[in-house]
Amino acid sequence: MKVITRRDFLKISGVTVAGLTLSQLGFDLTPAQLYAAELRTELRIKGAKETPTICCYCSVGCGILVSTDKKGKVINAEGDPDHPISEGALCAKGASSYQIAVNDNRLQKVNYRAPYSNKWKEVSWEWALDKIAANIKKSRDKSFTEKNTDGKVVNRTNGIASVGSAALDNEECWLYQKLLRSLGLVYIEHQARI
Amino acid sequence: MGSNVAENHPVSFKWIEAARAKGAIFIHVDPRFTRTSAKADIFARLRSGTDIAFLGGMIKYILDNNLYDEFYVKNYTNASYIVSPKYGFDDGLFSGYNPSKRSYDQSMWAIEKDENGIPKQDMTLQNERCAFQLLKKHYSRYTLEKVTAITGTPQEDLEKVYKVYGSTGKPDKAGTELYAMGWTQHTVGVQNIRAMSIIQSLLGNMGVAGGGINALRGESNVQGSTDQGLLFHIVPGYLPTPRAQWAKLEDYNKTTPSTKDTRSVNWWKNRPKYVASLLKSFYGDKAAKNNDFCYEWLPKLEPTQDASWLNLFDEMYKGTFTGFFAWGMNPACSSANAGKVRQALGKLDWMVNVNLFDNETGSFWKGPDIDPTKIKTEVFQLPCAAFLEKEGSISNSGRWMQWRWKATNPPGDAMPDGEIMNDLFKKVQALYKKEKGVFPDPILNLKWDYETNGKFDIHKVAKEINGYFLEDIPEHPVDKKAYKKGTLVPSFVFLLDDGRTSCGNWIYSASYTEAGNMAARRKKTDPTGLGLYPEWSWAWPVNRRIIYNRASVDLEGKPRDANRQLLKWDAENKKWVGDIPDGPAPPMGTQGVYPFIMKPDGVASIFGPGLKDGPFPEHYEPLECPIEKNLMSGQRINPAVKIFEGGLDTFATCDPRYPFVCTTYRVTEHWQTGVLTRWLPWLTEAEPQMFCEMSQELATLRGISNGDRVLVETSRGKVEAVAIATLRLKPFVIGGQTIHQIGIPWHFGWLHPKDGGDSANLLTPTIGDPNTMIPESKAFMANVTKITKQPTKKVKKA
Repeated sequence: MKVITRRDFLKISGVTVAGLTLSQLGFDLTPAQLYAAELRTELRIKGAKETPTICCYCSVGCGILVSTDKKGKVINAEGDPDHPISEGALCAKGASSYQIAVNDNRLQKVNYRAPYSNKWKEVSWEWALDKIAANIKKSRDKSFTEKNTDGKVVNRTNGIASVGSAALDNEECWLYQKLLRSLGLVYIEHQARI
Repeated sequence: MGSNVAENHPVSFKWIEAARAKGAIFIHVDPRFTRTSAKADIFARLRSGTDIAFLGGMIKYILDNNLYDEFYVKNYTNASYIVSPKYGFDDGLFSGYNPSKRSYDQSMWAIEKDENGIPKQDMTLQNERCAFQLLKKHYSRYTLEKVTAITGTPQEDLEKVYKVYGSTGKPDKAGTELYAMGWTQHTVGVQNIRAMSIIQSLLGNMGVAGGGINALRGESNVQGSTDQGLLFHIVPGYLPTPRAQWAKLEDYNKTTPSTKDTRSVNWWKNRPKYVASLLKSFYGDKAAKNNDFCYEWLPKLEPTQDASWLNLFDEMYKGTFTGFFAWGMNPACSSANAGKVRQALGKLDWMVNVNLFDNETGSFWKGPDIDPTKIKTEVFQLPCAAFLEKEGSISNSGRWMQWRWKATNPPGDAMPDGEIMNDLFKKVQALYKKEKGVFPDPILNLKWDYETNGKFDIHKVAKEINGYFLEDIPEHPVDKKAYKKGTLVPSFVFLLDDGRTSCGNWIYSASYTEAGNMAARRKKTDPTGLGLYPEWSWAWPVNRRIIYNRASVDLEGKPRDANRQLLKWDAENKKWVGDIPDGPAPPMGTQGVYPFIMKPDGVASIFGPGLKDGPFPEHYEPLECPIEKNLMSGQRINPAVKIFEGGLDTFATCDPRYPFVCTTYRVTEHWQTGVLTRWLPWLTEAEPQMFCEMSQELATLRGISNGDRVLVETSRGKVEAVAIATLRLKPFVIGGQTIHQIGIPWHFGWLHPKDGGDSANLLTPTIGDPNTMIPESKAFMANVTKITKQPTKKVKKA
């Protein structure tokens, strides 16, 4: 007998109205269709858009399906049954992905803490990036070493260090190291070392 | 060993269960009885930090009982290779040791070569200087009695494990090892893994389906971030970071691994092509053959400089840096000796902290016992997008590069990290253009064109990493075909060292080609039936799912395990069938090549002369340990570790103030420092606070009951926790004395949730493995006492 996964089942049952016959499946789906119809009226994810992604926690690489409503708001996140590694399963952390997206504690503004201050101040991206760029330039220019004490070309700055990050995507990692190395950083480290 | 897979990589555990259902035997060796142990067929307990003794005993058992795979050992490892007579080992020290530098002269351990530069061999394995005989001699000292005395593991448990695991030395059997930080976070971390790689090589378990040594990594993209070179010593694709002594590209290329043995592929011989292509991806048109592809612009390390994590924070503590990025990281909780890190952050002029949530690093200036009015550090906290709010790829522990699609927009002003980098670099470049500055060339001339219609485009970066042809190539030397300028390269095989190709990371070349984005594939065919799924996502290199797979076949290319046919040679059509082979060369017996193509000699290392602390793993005690003398030799700790001393770097061995062995670990519901998970109500409800597990015997000894508040202390710091007196931990008898072990999770921090407790890393020492400098967080000495007074609020009002 052909094995129908829950996801296949939902896909198929979703098109039954368009005239799927029993012969296409090879067995009687009537009870299941009734159940599916019931689900469709009850499920939160009715009419939602499903986007596949991969869990952000450990390195097993489990599949997650994120459901968003018409406004693009995340309304559900659950295991991706099509994924060959996880086959729909998630651990407690992966199963809580919804709360990463829908969470009042998320940082939503750029914050700045001035020297000796005891509080954060909300600032704009423009202001913060301008100031960070100026800081980078100041630190780099002050510490830049073109030649070491042996007279060898080293073209580096020992004035800035950076740690990060295994939480970045591959493309972002590549871009990040390119940015840092163009500035002359050698103190570049991240989670893989600890 | 070295992992708790059921709790820390739970979904992978379903495959262990599936294997058990098919008759596999599952062994768990750990200081603590965990949920993994509960599911194991055999559980053996060992004291933290004694894995090499345990594994050394297994090596001896395999050799004594002739359980090794003789064909594999002779043909696919260096067991038959003759080692220099300068090699020696005496009372815990290998030859070539310099006590004042705490380092070895590794040239003393070389493999002998004949007049043509080919390693000398004795295929009978009888020569007393062949690696096999040296191995036998070295591990003859690891008797069951000795191992039990060191590890605390009962002899019958040792024998049970050795016998079962040793049974995988037959070609139709496979054994695999799953390790995690339980192995890496030791002063002998690399040698823990080396010991297992010797066992796997003896048993013929490398490069076969169901074999290998698998790192269960703790971050979703820590494989990818390492591949992309986010470490001081490597640039993308594991190319060494340039150093001052390699002034010209020619000098750098002179360090390319080489061999005179024509049967060794030595794939690294292609390195100059990858370096030239990388430099083109950095500097574009400015990089030309006649200017060394701007190699000079890349920053260079001092000849022997180690700029790794512990040294980085040591330098920060000394005031070396004025600026610092903590991008998607929380070192105020994740670093060993975190108290030192928190002090170090106050010595900066400025810090940029990019994260999803507020964290102990960004807010260090208002942390416990810190007065903000005395902290000069200017802090920028930038909000970034979460994984489901952006597009891009990550690479899992099996090297599968999986694409993630964007489901929703980030909240408020939060931006994807890639966009932040793009905007920031443009600002820096504009500033240098406007104001000039010191040596602006590498900044002004950096190739930075990752936008489409004025918007950052991650696909452009993905293509940059894959690489493309920079000129029309009428007849490519590899396949004699023509390639147009701008065409994405089909794979790294097509990269050139003359500047006609660009490639950001050679190992990811073939991931985004003219055929499309390979990481985004979702087809579930499995032609080998081994669960390789070659059309689901993409695996580096060149979609090879099991590396060194040529070791799974015999000299004629026939699978050695008929039931698990990973690869086989189709002699008629002269090609390999199955997984992507490690190169197209025919089988070894038909003028083919050795299987371990990334090793200069082409074979697995039974004798490993490349590590800083010796060619064979040897048991040493952790930096902080409960016994005065190493029962194995006169060297108590690893002779090659760097000792950090003074200031906040203290340690205490056999100190009655810190009598218990302590280890850190994780729980299912939290991740790393808890920087994400502590902010999710569902998870904090399940695991709300710091705790300390101890045996019931120790609890009784210290008058502690389940649920009591306790203070865990080391010479570096203290942390409050809730006591769990449990059967999961048991006292050990080591060298005749009772030794207690305690355990604490490292997911907490003072910022959130309130009263959740602070970081376990306030307790851990600044000490690292000599090869990797990964800190020893899995074995250190601590004290635990009951807190009798009411809890005091430690968190200050900001």
